[in-house]
Amino acid sequence: MDSALIPKGVKRCPLWQFALFIGAVSAVLGWGVYAMLLCWFKGLNQTNMNDYYGFALWIWADLAVIAIGGGAFFTGLLKYIFGKDDLKNIINYAVLIGFICYSSALLILAIDIGQPLRGWFIFWHANVHSMLTEVAFCLTCYFGVLTIEYIPLILENRQIDRVPFFHHLSHNMHEIMAVFAATGAFLSFFHQGSLGGVAGVLFGRPFAFREGLLVWPWTFFLFTWSAAACGPCFTILVTKITEAVTRKKLVKDNAIELLAKISGWMILTYIIAKTIDTWYWAKVLAPSKGLTMMDFYSNNPLYGIWILITEIVICGFVPAFILITKKGRKNSLALWIAVTLAVVGVCLNRWVMVLQVLAIPVMTFDIWAMYFPSWQEIATTILPVAYGIILIALSYRYLPVFPNEAELNPLEPLPVEDQEPSELLGDQERELIPAEA
Amino acid sequence: MGKEQKGPKTKRFGMVIDLDKCTGCGSCMVACMAENNVPFRKDESNKFLSLTWLRIYKLTNGKPFPDTDICYLPRPCMHCEGHGGHSPCVSVCPAVATDYSDETGIVSQIYTRCFGCRYCMASCPYHARYFNWWDPVWPDGMEKYLSPNVSPRMRGVVEKCSFCYHRYQLAKERIFIEGRSEVEEDEYQTSCAQACPARAITFGDLNNPKHAVYKKKKSPNGFRLLERLGTNPKIYYVSSREWVRRAGDNYLKGEGKLKESVQHG
Ligand code: SF4
Ligand code: SF4
Repeated sequence: MDSALIPKGVKRCPLWQFALFIGAVSAVLGWGVYAMLLCWFKGLNQTNMNDYYGFALWIWADLAVIAIGGGAFFTGLLKYIFGKDDLKNIINYAVLIGFICYSSALLILAIDIGQPLRGWFIFWHANVHSMLTEVAFCLTCYFGVLTIEYIPLILENRQIDRVPFFHHLSHNMHEIMAVFAATGAFLSFFHQGSLGGVAGVLFGRPFAFREGLLVWPWTFFLFTWSAAACGPCFTILVTKITEAVTRKKLVKDNAIELLAKISGWMILTYIIAKTIDTWYWAKVLAPSKGLTMMDFYSNNPLYGIWILITEIVICGFVPAFILITKKGRKNSLALWIAVTLAVVGVCLNRWVMVLQVLAIPVMTFDIWAMYFPSWQEIATTILPVAYGIILIALSYRYLPVFPNEAELNPLEPLPVEDQEPSELLGDQERELIPAEA
Repeated sequence: MGKEQKGPKTKRFGMVIDLDKCTGCGSCMVACMAENNVPFRKDESNKFLSLTWLRIYKLTNGKPFPDTDICYLPRPCMHCEGHGGHSPCVSVCPAVATDYSDETGIVSQIYTRCFGCRYCMASCPYHARYFNWWDPVWPDGMEKYLSPNVSPRMRGVVEKCSFCYHRYQLAKERIFIEGRSEVEEDEYQTSCAQACPARAITFGDLNNPKHAVYKKKKSPNGFRLLERLGTNPKIYYVSSREWVRRAGDNYLKGEGKLKESVQHG
């Protein structure tokens, strides 16, 4: 029924099957939307946050999706600025994933603030010294850039592309994409960094506080670096999941391997920097405030030293070493493991930099505070996942997201008598058929 | 306005709380809530959700009987000065909804400007900031007893101790009408300081040698909470007990000597 919208030369499941899938995911989406409305109309008392946990699951989700959405800016940077042309086969998907991540982040932020109708105060009454202001401005601008990067893909839909204006618009937008890629990389550097700065400037919280360069604490640079390193891993992971679900090869190995290799080296350099940062903090910074490293990792039911080892060794050095070796990248299982670990690692880092910061008592007579999210928080955090799946499914079905798909999955030619007359004609001839025009 | 500008330059309002005198009776907490229209709910058993601008902590020395000892420590907002007004919370607020006054040293909170991002709460190591998880609901008839000088806060914004700033405004209005230039020490006192039956709380201008806090803050037994973090708080505590003074900050093992220099230097 919707075959006219499906890109040429590729096969998609029947519409009923697709509708069923979208229906199931929409049910989850609806659950999230219901929870979101509860939060908006009844207030944040719907959550399990409290005066110790002013930041909780949502802010973690925000930081995490922005970090793993970093694949968009970094892949764009590599392709358009550093000329890594092999990445052209994955850049569309990286942009789409980035678009989903950033729109989700903005939505979560809109739910997370106590007075959503005053959300614009952050722009209007901006405190230029606040890291959150920097985040808000760069995030919003970058979301605009991602939208601009996503639009040409929408315009390439088979039917939209037939309109000459859209066809040319999309073509011209492609031509100047390098400008947007550069803008995106610039904005990303600042908002990824300022998200790191959000925790790093908290000089009242010795677990998070870091010194740094000019107005930026070291966490600023670590966050940007880790997003550039692990974001592409998320792009690869989602590509692999999509390939598994569709049971098709969608992106050529050279693109995946190139991205994996660069990502591997980025993770390695990042994790070395992170190790040095941790060491300096544990040996110099925290003791200067009268605290030992183990003060932050003991006397509580959750935050043990295991979390640091998991983050740095298991989810840092291990994926880095897998990805920088040719053997590791070429082995499908090892690649799966490496990209998954890298994504878990960066998410864990964001968790620690938000929730552990707040869990730790600073006053000597204070207590460790533990927290578990309410169902409304969980549902609203799953909401963007459902939304992302739907947007990916729609884009995959109707847009030429993967330029190599047709080549990698050639359709078996139908016997001539089974083909519709229009399929036998080229584009030129088809335009002459009045009924189709 | 002209009259106002003649007074001594910068004031730094603050407190000296004598922990040897505090009995933990909670009068200050009650007075604070009544004075500032701080809302409460039927069930206040979850202390992580209670709004207590002034909260009393119970400290113990952790020793078994007969050496066991306790101390009650009232904790208002510290009105941190940081370095040059760079308080932990003021510096992070993205919407300038909380501000450090160079004129008074008071950290203000602008409820109508706050949009409830709670970044300031994350930044405050003293847990002095509270979020309005609910709209305030007063027991029947109680709204008649609310203070007309303090606006109640709505759901979704952060609030905290203001050093009863409305009292300072009232005092300034009075001296203006009377043609004076200086608010005297007894003309501006916080509600908690006045309510304390043990007179454990002294409030005043830390910069003004005529005010009692000026001298008291220099007590050899004085200390401030978490000084080492650089928050530069304006609440001074006094205790003759070494373990209490030591509880005021984090120290590495064997750092006792350093502590002395930090606390009294
Ligand atoms: S005690 Fe907390 S709320 Fe008060 S000024 Fe200091 S950081 Fe801000
Ligand atoms: S909660 Fe309000 S006062 Fe606190 S940082 Fe956010 S906008 Fe500023």
